[in-house]
Amino acid sequence: MKPVLAVKDLSVTFRTEDGPLSAVDRVSFEVGDGEVLAVVGESGCGKSVTAMSIAGLLPRTATVNGSVELDGTELIGADKRTLRSIRGREVAYIFQEPMTSLNPVFTVGHQIIEVLRTHIGLNRQAAHARAVELLKLVGIPSAERRVGDYPHQLSGGMRQRVMIAMAVACDPKVLIADEPTTALDVTIQAGILDVLRGLRERLGTSIVLITHDLGVVADLADRVAVMYAGRVVETAEVHDLFAHPEHPYTVGLLGASPAAGRHAESQRLNEIPGLVPVLSEQPDACTFADRCTRAVDTCTSSQPQLTDGPHRVACWNPVRDRVEV
Amino acid sequence: MRRYLLNRLWQSAVTLVLATIVVFAGVRALPGDPALALAGEDRDPESLRAIREQYGLDQSWLVQFWQFVSHAARGDLGQSIRTGTSVRSMIVSALPVTIELSVLAILIASVIGVGTGVIAAVRRGRPAEWAANALALLGLSVPHFWLGLMAILYLSVALGLFPASGFVPFFTNPVANLHHLILPALILGTGLSAVIMRQTRSSMLDALSADYIRTAEAKGLSPKAVVGKHALRNSLIVVVTIVGLQLGALISGAVVTERIFALPGFGKLTVDAVFQRDYPVIQAVVLVTATAYIVINLLVDLLYSVIDPRIRVRGEA
Repeated sequence: MKPVLAVKDLSVTFRTEDGPLSAVDRVSFEVGDGEVLAVVGESGCGKSVTAMSIAGLLPRTATVNGSVELDGTELIGADKRTLRSIRGREVAYIFQEPMTSLNPVFTVGHQIIEVLRTHIGLNRQAAHARAVELLKLVGIPSAERRVGDYPHQLSGGMRQRVMIAMAVACDPKVLIADEPTTALDVTIQAGILDVLRGLRERLGTSIVLITHDLGVVADLADRVAVMYAGRVVETAEVHDLFAHPEHPYTVGLLGASPAAGRHAESQRLNEIPGLVPVLSEQPDACTFADRCTRAVDTCTSSQPQLTDGPHRVACWNPVRDRVEV
Repeated sequence: MRRYLLNRLWQSAVTLVLATIVVFAGVRALPGDPALALAGEDRDPESLRAIREQYGLDQSWLVQFWQFVSHAARGDLGQSIRTGTSVRSMIVSALPVTIELSVLAILIASVIGVGTGVIAAVRRGRPAEWAANALALLGLSVPHFWLGLMAILYLSVALGLFPASGFVPFFTNPVANLHHLILPALILGTGLSAVIMRQTRSSMLDALSADYIRTAEAKGLSPKAVVGKHALRNSLIVVVTIVGLQLGALISGAVVTERIFALPGFGKLTVDAVFQRDYPVIQAVVLVTATAYIVINLLVDLLYSVIDPRIRVRGEA
């Protein structure tokens, strides 16, 4: 099956006052039609930067190399006009902060209508009707009335639903959800995940789900890419990854998560010792070597590459025996 | 919205009453007996009493205040001590000049200030920002009177493009009226535009780094819509505040500019009244200025609620 989104050797470097800072280093992944790919990792591992670079949303200080193909169209290096016509129409975003991601001075209806009018050229009435329809689709009660509300009149969960409605307004091929539930109450999170799941089923939208929450991953994702210090260290089907994590970092991540199917009272959560390295240079070594309990000599002298196959891992000494989690 | 409006109107009314009390008390608190000042050389008790009676100075302060308020409410602001003409007619002839000048100046300042402010914010760290900043610094540091004099010297006297001084009422001849006012308005406006530019720039920078701007970009909106609509609308609160304050200050007297261009405006009236110790005129001038401030503040507050819907709700709560 041809992937809808193919990211290949994507690298992002930021110009800073202390010299170039590498945030993403040769990241590759693919997302199939209607597939949900979760990108997981700690804060600062480069997952959001990867997401933003897909539609060229990074600031001017960023240099992006590599390739991002959307349905065969190359996006890296595409001119601004092309990127604008793709944003919101083919690739849409949902961000972490529903409280601040909507403009406070326009009604939610206006903000949805704006996308429709920009990309599809609907007239006012048609766009308004479609906005109400979209609000219903994401489960907002009395949508006819809510369409005229300002963001501050809605709760956090409702605002995130509006963000989702806005994102899927033009029926995009790929929806990039950057920590869509992180800022919300746990009780609200399930509802938002339900909406995303429903969209995938009804509209067949491919979703790139950026998160650090393994519970969310287990709930929604088909496949997982684990990122560490700007690199993808392991990718696999979600069940395979949870059952047989191969990279020591993934093992650590699962061990540190209470949501991975264990009883919290029976076992203490594990932490991964040490800190994520500073990324001003990418050494010719495994970036996790310093924190890794399984590190061997090769780990500090040579950088491991992702293996081939359905379960890919970049590690010199992967965990091959079945790990009970 | 209706409740917010009523609430705001009520607040304005209270402020106006307080302002009236302050004006009244302020003039009474000036050192010296006004009757003595009025009598001049002629200081026999008989004429002093006559003066006190004429101006109601023999009454208690409460009675005097009531008379002042009830007269003012009817538009009767008394007579000038110096010329004997009604203060009301003096204000009616001076105020339109100043209002027109101020509104023109603030329009010019807003267009220049908001425009360059937005450019400076969007083109941050690039030559366009440096140029805008340099222009603003120039506008802030060059005194109006010098700029006014230079403009008269070169544009009016040497080139004869504009009249150097004087005023033609709008309803007498609109074209000549604009012709007379455009140069002083431009001089006033350029100075003010620098302040507006700096405020617009900083609030635009705030707005441009907000999450909702990232959302707008992610939606594929054009730069024009992202900057001119999503960011600008959110920075307007600050701009409107500054413009309101400046308009108030202008109406209370663009004294220097009016003097240089010999415009028979409010600033000139005020300065003349102060130099001649013309108490009724001073009193009226202060009252009108205070009222202008209150009205402008009210308008600014109402504009806030048009710009930012969150303010409507807070006002109602």
